[in-house]
Amino acid sequence: MALIEARALVKSYRMGDQVVQALNDVSLDIDEGEFVAIMGASGSGKSTLMNIIGCLDRPTAGTLRLAGEEVEGLSGDALAAIRNRRIGFVFQQFNLLPRTSAVDNVELPMVYAGIKPAERRRRALQALERVGLGQRALHTPAELSGGQQQRVAIARALVNSPKLILADEPTGALDTQTSEDIMQLLTELNLQGMTIVMVTHETDIAQWARRRIVFRDGRIVEDRLQPPRTAAAAATA
Amino acid sequence: MNLLAALLSALRALGTNWLRSVLTMLGIIIGVAAVITMIAIGGGAQQRIEEQMKSLGTNIMLVLPGAVTSSGVRLGAQTGQTLTEEDARAIAVDVPEVQAVAPSLRTGAQVVAANANWSTTVMGTTADYMEVRDWPLASGRSFDEVEVAGSAKVAVIGLTVAQQLFGDADPIDQMIRVRKLPLQVVGVLSRKGQNSMGQDQDDIIVVPISTFRNRVQGMSAGRIKRVGAITVKVREGQSMQEAEAKIRELLRQRHRLQAGAEDDFSIRNLTEMLEAQEESSRVMAMLLAAVAGVSLVVGGIGIMNIMLVSVTERTREIGLRMAVGARSRDILGQFLIEAVTLSLVGGAIGIVIGMAATWAIGSFAGWQVLLSGNSILLAVGFSAAVGVFFGFYPARRAAALLPIQALRHE
Repeated sequence: MALIEARALVKSYRMGDQVVQALNDVSLDIDEGEFVAIMGASGSGKSTLMNIIGCLDRPTAGTLRLAGEEVEGLSGDALAAIRNRRIGFVFQQFNLLPRTSAVDNVELPMVYAGIKPAERRRRALQALERVGLGQRALHTPAELSGGQQQRVAIARALVNSPKLILADEPTGALDTQTSEDIMQLLTELNLQGMTIVMVTHETDIAQWARRRIVFRDGRIVEDRLQPPRTAAAAATA
Repeated sequence: MNLLAALLSALRALGTNWLRSVLTMLGIIIGVAAVITMIAIGGGAQQRIEEQMKSLGTNIMLVLPGAVTSSGVRLGAQTGQTLTEEDARAIAVDVPEVQAVAPSLRTGAQVVAANANWSTTVMGTTADYMEVRDWPLASGRSFDEVEVAGSAKVAVIGLTVAQQLFGDADPIDQMIRVRKLPLQVVGVLSRKGQNSMGQDQDDIIVVPISTFRNRVQGMSAGRIKRVGAITVKVREGQSMQEAEAKIRELLRQRHRLQAGAEDDFSIRNLTEMLEAQEESSRVMAMLLAAVAGVSLVVGGIGIMNIMLVSVTERTREIGLRMAVGARSRDILGQFLIEAVTLSLVGGAIGIVIGMAATWAIGSFAGWQVLLSGNSILLAVGFSAAVGVFFGFYPARRAAALLPIQALRHE
């Protein structure tokens, strides 16, 4: 059983009197432990797919199963619970709460999971340790570099121990060296068993993944496995 | 999220833009401060009226002579001289509800004592007056019936007069002169304070009514002993209305008034006057409270406005919270708690300002004020209600956002 089973997904928007097909009959299986890069030009539908997989958006037609569970027809609260426990999000713009310390940011998903404060703090510090920011727990986003902020965001995505991390252009706002570091971190998490689905339009970022899916006009035009780039390869590049 | 944590995070959210938060709270602050101050002033006025009621006695009636018609010109109330000492005596004897009666005459006069002088009211009455008015002596004694019968040259003086003429010295047995008539001070009345019209009741000299008639006013000692007013005290537990009706009936008979004729006297119930005054002060307080209420509503609208702005500004934050697992009700609760926090903090500041204003009015303007715990509870309750009521709509707007739209919001 695949972790993600998408069948004939369609998403259409009405823009004025025109109907835009963001997704056009997309079927896809992603197994646990995979590291997938979804590529494509902007407007190709890759972000729409990501949002539907992340239960942030609902498809117009088609079905989606997450770990065997049918998502369609679930209430808003049930979707919130799925996002909370099974999925970790990493965004291009980090989306950290301003004027809020790193550790408080990391605690946020656990707040909604109803975990007690002491336990929250312990696990948040652990997650920050895991992304190499144990010493920066009390800094606010404004006091952290872009790379550090993205690490905080990754720690936040990890903290409820989800099966799946959805990363939407995780290196889009970072310089090359920092991007390499972040990809290195995601690779490590993948090697530890985390399923990672990443949207990107940069080829050398996509090279870090083991599977590459390319979108064009709302359809999958390419889906193949590739030998992932490693840190060692990056060092010699 | 527990309530304390929610409150702390709400305080932090409001603190990040504290100037805006304070300006938003201003309406609530002013409203609550106004409510507290107004209720304190209204309560003070009410308390003062109640004290006056007590000092006047709630079972006192005043019988006054009626208007005189002279050649068709009516001269207004109390111009006539229709009441006599005999009328007073008849009321005391014939109306069983009446406990005591005191006829009185009064005039303004200059009083001289040693090297001080003072303009005051001189009243002639009987020995029963102090009983009728529940007005004990501070020192000395009152005059007795023998002295009343014999036009004795004695006087009981009010505290104000005592202070003006003798300062701190003991006035008992001192001599005063009223219109060249020497009088011996035999007693000093205790403090009575202001009456409902704001007159100082302690600014008075009381002498036997015969002394007043024969020596102060120098009236011809006629057969009919007219009086300016008759004060009647009704027995405890007896109906004022019934006593009033009987007095009216008695006086009409004594004055031989025909069935259709108007009374040539009037009976005033002091309690009624005070009740009317109390009613008007209550209406005033309610009007002021209404104004304060309007300002609370305006304050609430200010909160709603700012919360709507805040929801728009923080749409991405809402989207993120939803992405990491916040349910609609978490978002609803968060913004509702922020609105209530805003109004409660405003309410707390308003209470402090209201108490300060109350104190300032009490001590500088000299008004009697009464700060009640109830008004503070009311203010807290009201501001929380304003927060919930006006915070609900923006909070629901935030909670109704779709995660992806909130997250994609620019």
